[in-house]
Amino acid sequence: MPTPIINIDAISKSFGTFKVLDGLSMQVMPGEKLALIGPSGSGKTTILRILMTLERIDGGHIQIDGEQLYHVERNGQLLPADERHLTRMRQKIGMVFQLFNLFPHKCVMDNVTLAPMLTKGTPRAVAEKRAMELLEMVGMADKAKSMPAQLSGGQKQRVAIARALALSPKIMLFDEVTSALDPELVEEVMNVMRKLAAETDMTMLLVTHEMGFAHDFADRVLFFDRGKIVEEGKPDEIFRNPKQERTQGFLKKIIAAGHRV
Amino acid sequence: MTQWSGYFGLILQGALVTIELTLMGSVLALFMAFLAGMGRLSRFFILRALATAYIEFFRGTSIFVQLFWAYFVLPFIGISLTPLQAGVLALGLNVGAYAAEVVRGAIQSIGREQYEACTALNLGRWQGMRHVILPQALLVMLPTFGNNAIELLKATAVVSLISLADLTFQAQVVRSQTGNTMVPFTTILFIYFILALLISWGVRSLERRMARGLDGVRV
Repeated sequence: MPTPIINIDAISKSFGTFKVLDGLSMQVMPGEKLALIGPSGSGKTTILRILMTLERIDGGHIQIDGEQLYHVERNGQLLPADERHLTRMRQKIGMVFQLFNLFPHKCVMDNVTLAPMLTKGTPRAVAEKRAMELLEMVGMADKAKSMPAQLSGGQKQRVAIARALALSPKIMLFDEVTSALDPELVEEVMNVMRKLAAETDMTMLLVTHEMGFAHDFADRVLFFDRGKIVEEGKPDEIFRNPKQERTQGFLKKIIAAGHRV
Repeated sequence: MTQWSGYFGLILQGALVTIELTLMGSVLALFMAFLAGMGRLSRFFILRALATAYIEFFRGTSIFVQLFWAYFVLPFIGISLTPLQAGVLALGLNVGAYAAEVVRGAIQSIGREQYEACTALNLGRWQGMRHVILPQALLVMLPTFGNNAIELLKATAVVSLISLADLTFQAQVVRSQTGNTMVPFTTILFIYFILALLISWGVRSLERRMARGLDGVRV
């Protein structure tokens, strides 16, 4: 049996007095495409943010690619990791945000090349060649010289995907990447991600409210409620034949709200 | 008439000194503003404390006294400054304290999502600051920097008190030699005003250049 690329072991996380995650454990296999669904505040986005080191955990352990994310082992003891360790671990992980978070003062090309040039010392010519390939892939090559403010939401998000891919992470995190888009722009972003899922062996975690997309995209679906995994399984099992009452209730509500399944 | 043209020459010399002071003072103020403004945001308590102390002290004491102190007191501890050096030092440190708060505010005005993008792209703290945060914050700072520069220009008049031959000093000279008050002081009033307009205009065109492309219209 291969070892998981992400091993989350009994982590907890509170915001003030609100306990978002309480002893959560889960594993993700290399190359797996995972969809995290569930009501708002159920902790699914928090998991992505913790994996990207944007939030710290209060307890528990996380292993990424066989190494501790937030700890370093010294003399058989696990000690809190320093910034150097986190920097090294972040190389394995990329993230795409709900609101794109592009750099508004840099053109599309510079948005994509900035991190490889700064963090990996990639020469400009090499970084730009790679950026062009990625922009080609997300269908944004003709906008390489545009500024983010000139792009539509869907275009911005496709650039953001290319930007995250430019660092060649092993794990990609997608945090509600279509939630902020006008309905007619959702499809173009989903198409890019479908292609990405089909063509790469990257491990991908997707938080989404688009159930139809989660169904097509994922190998495995996790349904979260109140910081716990209520139910998990193949997309068909979860969406066609959910076993837990809470999953059924959630899906019913989502369908009533007009989302496709 | 020939007599007046000689006096205008004096005033123009004074204008050059005022411009020189303004430029050099602004450079020092800018340096101090970034040093102290970013110091206020440092992770390290000692840097935050030093920056705060500097800002509060120089905002909280009179520029006159600061100048006199730099020129008349520093020699007692073995540091003798020329009037120009003392002027640049006092003006730069004083205005720098105000501008430091501008730097801090502008950096804090940049949204958390930009910092998070930096983390997600694995940029180091300094890399993110240098390439992502500061370029955006600079645009927020510029208009207020323009104000600060004009404040500095006007404050240069205090150096006439330590006998540096700036605009105001030369106007006094002309007044005492001609007995005419209206002409020299009206003249320098307009010169100060024109210099301030030049600063406003320069800052505005810089702002326009830096904002290019950010609004999605001009490229």
